[in-house]
Amino acid sequence: MFLQKLRKGEEKFFRVVMFLSTLTIAMVLLLIIFSVLYKGLPSVSWEMLTQVPKGGFYFGKEGGILNAIIGSIYLSLGATLLAFVVGLPVALYMNVHLIRRQKLVNTIRFFLDLLWGIPSIVYGAFGFSIMIYLGLRVSLLAGIITVALFIIPIMVRSMDEVLKSVPRGLLEASLSLGSTRSEISYIVFFKQCIPGIMTAVLLSFGRAIGDAASILFTAGFTDHIPTSLSQPTATLPLSIFFQLTSPIPEVQERAYASAVVLIAFILIISILSRIFSQRFNKNKIDF
Amino acid sequence: MENNAKIEIKDLNLSIGKHHILKNINASIPSNKITVILGPSGCGKTTLLKSLNRLTELYPDVKMHGEICLDGQNILNGRHDVTQIRKRMGLLSQRPYPLPMSIYKNVTYGLRISGRKNKLFLQKRVEHYLREVNLWEEVKDRLKEPAGSLSIGQQQRLCLARGLAVDPAIILADEPTSALDPVSSQAIENMFQHLKQRYTIILVTHILRQAKRIADNVIFMYLGEVVEQGPADAVFENPSKEKTKAYLNGVFY
Amino acid sequence: MKTGNRYRSIQVNRLWREKLHSLWMNIALGIVIILPFLIAIGLLWKSEMLLEEHSLLNLLFSREWKPLSGKFGFYPFIISSLWVTILALLIAAPICLLTAIHLTQYADTWVLKVMHPVIDILAGIPSVIYGVWGILVIVPFISDYLGPLFGKQISGYSILAGAIVLSIMIIPFILNILIEVFKTIPNELSESSLALGATQWQTIKYVLIKKGMPGIISAFGLGLSRAFGETIAVLMVVGNVTRIPTGAFQPGYPLPALIANNYGEMMSIPLYDSALMLAALILFLVVLIFNFASRILIIKMEKRSQ
Repeated sequence: MFLQKLRKGEEKFFRVVMFLSTLTIAMVLLLIIFSVLYKGLPSVSWEMLTQVPKGGFYFGKEGGILNAIIGSIYLSLGATLLAFVVGLPVALYMNVHLIRRQKLVNTIRFFLDLLWGIPSIVYGAFGFSIMIYLGLRVSLLAGIITVALFIIPIMVRSMDEVLKSVPRGLLEASLSLGSTRSEISYIVFFKQCIPGIMTAVLLSFGRAIGDAASILFTAGFTDHIPTSLSQPTATLPLSIFFQLTSPIPEVQERAYASAVVLIAFILIISILSRIFSQRFNKNKIDF
Repeated sequence: MENNAKIEIKDLNLSIGKHHILKNINASIPSNKITVILGPSGCGKTTLLKSLNRLTELYPDVKMHGEICLDGQNILNGRHDVTQIRKRMGLLSQRPYPLPMSIYKNVTYGLRISGRKNKLFLQKRVEHYLREVNLWEEVKDRLKEPAGSLSIGQQQRLCLARGLAVDPAIILADEPTSALDPVSSQAIENMFQHLKQRYTIILVTHILRQAKRIADNVIFMYLGEVVEQGPADAVFENPSKEKTKAYLNGVFY
Repeated sequence: MKTGNRYRSIQVNRLWREKLHSLWMNIALGIVIILPFLIAIGLLWKSEMLLEEHSLLNLLFSREWKPLSGKFGFYPFIISSLWVTILALLIAAPICLLTAIHLTQYADTWVLKVMHPVIDILAGIPSVIYGVWGILVIVPFISDYLGPLFGKQISGYSILAGAIVLSIMIIPFILNILIEVFKTIPNELSESSLALGATQWQTIKYVLIKKGMPGIISAFGLGLSRAFGETIAVLMVVGNVTRIPTGAFQPGYPLPALIANNYGEMMSIPLYDSALMLAALILFLVVLIFNFASRILIIKMEKRSQ
């Protein structure tokens, strides 16, 4: 009887601890968002969002973060586009052309998972050494390429997860109607999975816009909005990273405002991808 | 017959979310007999079986009403310790699920978690129950090996031994032969014939021939309702309901 | 006649398109496959200059980091990295395990509905934001409360701050894998244990955790390698002092922070760039090996449970 009570007590104790640890995770998220908004929201103003820094980003007290906002959008859009052009064919190739060679496909998946795990600073260092090799300078283009390399594995693997769920019967049916494999890829598979693929693209875009370590060496930082691919560009993460360490409060404010804008981007992306993934689950045909 | 009932189910209703799975089930299960719950797949047989030892409580959004009386006591009301109820019924599932431990520890699992630690006692039990399911000779030299290394047929017998080791009064079997080869299936059926002298056996199956071979008592279910029940001879030879007749004649499965 | 021609040209067009697509698909796949080798070669190429002057072992275990006098000892950075990473895992591991069990075994539907987006958003928050949060909350917390509690006067920029921030960052990552691990264990296995009279907690303790052990270990392995390579957030709160740390309250200087912090000067000091690229190469290899081992373990477990 005593033993039984002890056992029940143990279970109760752990249930409480488990609940608390779940609660902790939720609370930490709230704390992160709250603390950043609390510190940053007062700095967000119309001027902040529509002006570039004046008098140098590290010392100038005037101006805003428009350079970083536009720069981040350029960079992430470019990188996402590039990664999409390389990533979608790979994902389709794995799921349409190689459907009968599961072993090979699984090896590729394994490979991509390994690539996914490589830290972004390594991509940054790699991008930098390539730049040196080719004699290039820090630029929007170099940033775009580096970030694209970094998000390709993420994009391919998440698209692959979506395409994997397309039933085999659909492939066989369209093959027997005389379609070529690339027609199947782009018409049947792609269309069937558009919401899921959009989720994958959004996920990669979120990674691209948030990463700092890979662009530190490659995209540089500047007060201006780039007008060509060969110019360096400012970005939101680096705008936070560089300006937060400034001794001047006005400059720090720019960092906190950038943090608010970046969080807003991430939250919007997260909501959008949630909507898309719900759509995808609704449209999916079960055989 | 009525007095001899081991389990009495009264007005049992079960729903998962909006789906009404079991509708007004009334049935009685006689002691020391093999009672077969028969019916086409998806009719709620397995759910009925699992509600007998309240495993259905594990699933989210399950609501259960009614009474299940074991030896005259309603086990659905909250006063009972559910682990004590479950110990009185051994479960044999569709596929064998050996626990991730050695053969020896599988058999003694139920005893050990309720605090029995005496080595000699456990050893005796292991031998006794493995003999009971005709597994002892095959595994006596490899008791320390992981249970997953046995063949599927051996695993299923191990699972039976594991269930018997906690000394239940009832054996719940959910299509226990569906993953087995014919020889192993035969072995399990024979074992049931032998075990019913000491245990009340409730077997879920959708194989009509298996039911005919071993049933003493039959409950025929269709779409969540009990259509007909009674002694096997009566139900099989002379069914009183149209549905049962149609099923027995192979009109639907 | 005309329609025949047209039909044929459509057909030819289609086949051309097919060829073009196949070609591009192969090229794209080639890029993806070659990428890791390119990274390794690229970094090796840059770090070779340093390796020609010093032996690898010498570099790894030498304590002196004086780029101006050509001394590149990685030992303090490696030790800092180990401190931060292992401490982060020690914080994150129990929280992840307990939460994963709670979510897969006990939690009501509404908890799942809340936690799903919470984990997603946590996983999506950029590294710099974690860094900002660390500076705003964790660093002052350590200097104002935790430090004095242990009788220490410190700035708060420390190994511990890095580890706490890092642990929060790897929680969603580890948690997602753990949830998958517990989901692949068939329900019937826990049912068999419960049917033998075990309580749910006993079933978790003796059966589920045991069955999921390879998956749990590899989830922690993957978390460890993720933590090892994390750069910006750690860099912002860890203090960045080149010294071998001996306690969690001391500042540290992990490898990724070393690379990120010094890119500015690296072209002006001889061999400096080479040293930083070597650091990146070390990072790359360590992470790759950890990832490799953990993923193999997961695949083995999945195969066994089928």
